[in-house]
Amino acid sequence: MTESLFFFFASLTLLCAIMVVISKNPVFSVIFLILTFFTISAHYILLNAQFLAAVNIIVYAGAIMVLFLFVLMFINTGKNVEGTLKRNVLVKIAGTVAGGLLFTVVVAALKDVTLGNPDPATYDSQVGMVENLGKVLFTKYMLPFQLVAVLFLVSMVGAVMIGKRETGEQNF
Amino acid sequence: MTLSERMYLPAIAQGLGITIKHFFKKKATINYPEETRQRSDIWRGLHVLKRDENGAERCTACGLCAVACPAEAITMTAGERKKGEEHLYREEKYAVTYEVNMLRCIFCGLCEEACPKAAIFLQDDKLAPARYERDEFIYGKDRLVEPLKTTETK
Amino acid sequence: MDSVLLIYKGIYILAIFGISLLIATYSTYFERKIAAFIQDRVGPNRAGPMGLLQPLADAGKLFFKEEFIPAKANKMLFILGPGIAMLVAAMSSAVIPFGDTLIIGETSFDLIAIDVNIGILYIFGVVSLGVYGLMIGGWASNNKFSLLGAIRAASQNISYELAMGLSLIAVLMLSGSLSLKVIAEQQTGFNWNIWYQPLGFLIFLICAFAETNRTPFDLPESEAELIGGYHTEYSSMKLGMYLFAEYINIFVVSAVMSTLYFGAYNFPFMENLRNAFDDPVLGNNVVTIIGVAVMFAKIFAFIFFFMWVRWTLPRFRYDQLMKLGWNILIPLAILNILLTGGGILLYEYFTNG
Repeated sequence: MTESLFFFFASLTLLCAIMVVISKNPVFSVIFLILTFFTISAHYILLNAQFLAAVNIIVYAGAIMVLFLFVLMFINTGKNVEGTLKRNVLVKIAGTVAGGLLFTVVVAALKDVTLGNPDPATYDSQVGMVENLGKVLFTKYMLPFQLVAVLFLVSMVGAVMIGKRETGEQNF
Repeated sequence: MTLSERMYLPAIAQGLGITIKHFFKKKATINYPEETRQRSDIWRGLHVLKRDENGAERCTACGLCAVACPAEAITMTAGERKKGEEHLYREEKYAVTYEVNMLRCIFCGLCEEACPKAAIFLQDDKLAPARYERDEFIYGKDRLVEPLKTTETK
Repeated sequence: MDSVLLIYKGIYILAIFGISLLIATYSTYFERKIAAFIQDRVGPNRAGPMGLLQPLADAGKLFFKEEFIPAKANKMLFILGPGIAMLVAAMSSAVIPFGDTLIIGETSFDLIAIDVNIGILYIFGVVSLGVYGLMIGGWASNNKFSLLGAIRAASQNISYELAMGLSLIAVLMLSGSLSLKVIAEQQTGFNWNIWYQPLGFLIFLICAFAETNRTPFDLPESEAELIGGYHTEYSSMKLGMYLFAEYINIFVVSAVMSTLYFGAYNFPFMENLRNAFDDPVLGNNVVTIIGVAVMFAKIFAFIFFFMWVRWTLPRFRYDQLMKLGWNILIPLAILNILLTGGGILLYEYFTNG
């Protein structure tokens, strides 16, 4: 059951990811990217990491991709995409070289990978649950977590400050 | 503004209070076809051309109502009563046609006051209803004359 | 045994889906009725007794209207937009506990569709996806004003989601769990979160109004002054789907508010009532059934409040809306988190030390 689900979602993820690249219309690319996030979240759920799945959807699908869509909707897409992208030989060569390099890096990185084989006797299936995640975050990774929290607070305060009216500025 | 005013919450609560008061208020609506508004006794509604006690039309086509009408809504043509029509028309002269244009009429009731024969009245229980065509607002004798008592009881 | 639970879950999910659709349908009727009552009118009263068949008449009208798709619109996305809005709205009621457990025979049935331990995050994630329905619909219409309306709606939703999440964190600090079931169970009797989180509730309430695009934040759909927003080009049942999704959202957000702040299915003296029965199973079931009724009463009260506010307050201007969200609600929510944290520390200091 889980295995067939995994293969289903994995193939769906790959399909969506490919569609992101080959879609002509950028808006469709974004929608397929959102679908990709969904299938990745499905993988997280299969791994019993519900928190990660939810946060993945909230942060990536719910916030970041909305901003992507924002930008794409304002720039004039659909028209003249073919014209602006110069398909000359130089671009093709650059694309091939970059793709080949990426492929090499991926192969080199995956060459020495040993798949983690958890011991079924000691393996805790609840490791991805919120409680365990929270415990780890608030003990082992306390300092990085706090630093990230401060970073977020600063950015939020910054956003509020940008929204504040300057003295002398007149809106309406 | 003070802080409590700038929070707007007391003002919002006040507004909510007003709307909820209206929520429980008695509604002013009258469900028209089922119930009608209580009309005054001197309400001036749709015109009627009266008949006398024998069932003859009272109107003698003198034209005083048309003269009195400030909206010039009334037109009529007069005709002479033939022999054998005495039971139909009370006077020797009668209105062959009598038309009231309900789009012009302002229901002031001056025709009623001008009439020397007490022939035209504005009813207090009928309204000129809405229609689809303008022509239909010109009421002829067929719709103005009071129906005969005998046909009514039939 | 397992198959019994599976069948039960299927029936339960269908029932919740049906109930949310039914409530959304009749919300349209009650919206018009309440609007009329507040304005000293009687409202729809011709279709059926007291106008109770009015939603059916409205739906019939919407179905028979012309399905219009603008010539240069992106057809697929144009149809997808309302679909997403509807799907997302209907999905979110899955994790809400509508009642405690019913015990029939040996088996106990939880009155919750799925009890995940990230319940509130699930709702949050699903709600944040609702933006796509608006944005895709607005963009696919191929109309400047629809696009602007979509952008307006999306930025409003994202801005208020932030304050909503921050106000939620204070509740989560008190409960120590993300599961709505656990949060509901902690508020037994009259021990509701509203007593501890009045400020948080106020922020959440305001954000809930903004998230569901209700007055005073209904700029996405102000027909007269902003040309309707994202659904300018929509007609027939596709427009109906957008409006319907809004009402389902109101139902869901009312349920979430009752669960988080008003004790879900808990009501005062429920323990006394439970103990009054000799048979614990019977007592449990009676309390559960009353609890479900109480939950729905709370939800209806909130839905009524949504409509009451709609016919009381005027609309915000867009800059006022953004200012309220970013400059007032977010700092207040952060302050609320600090206050809650301080309160918890003080409480622990005085009880333990």
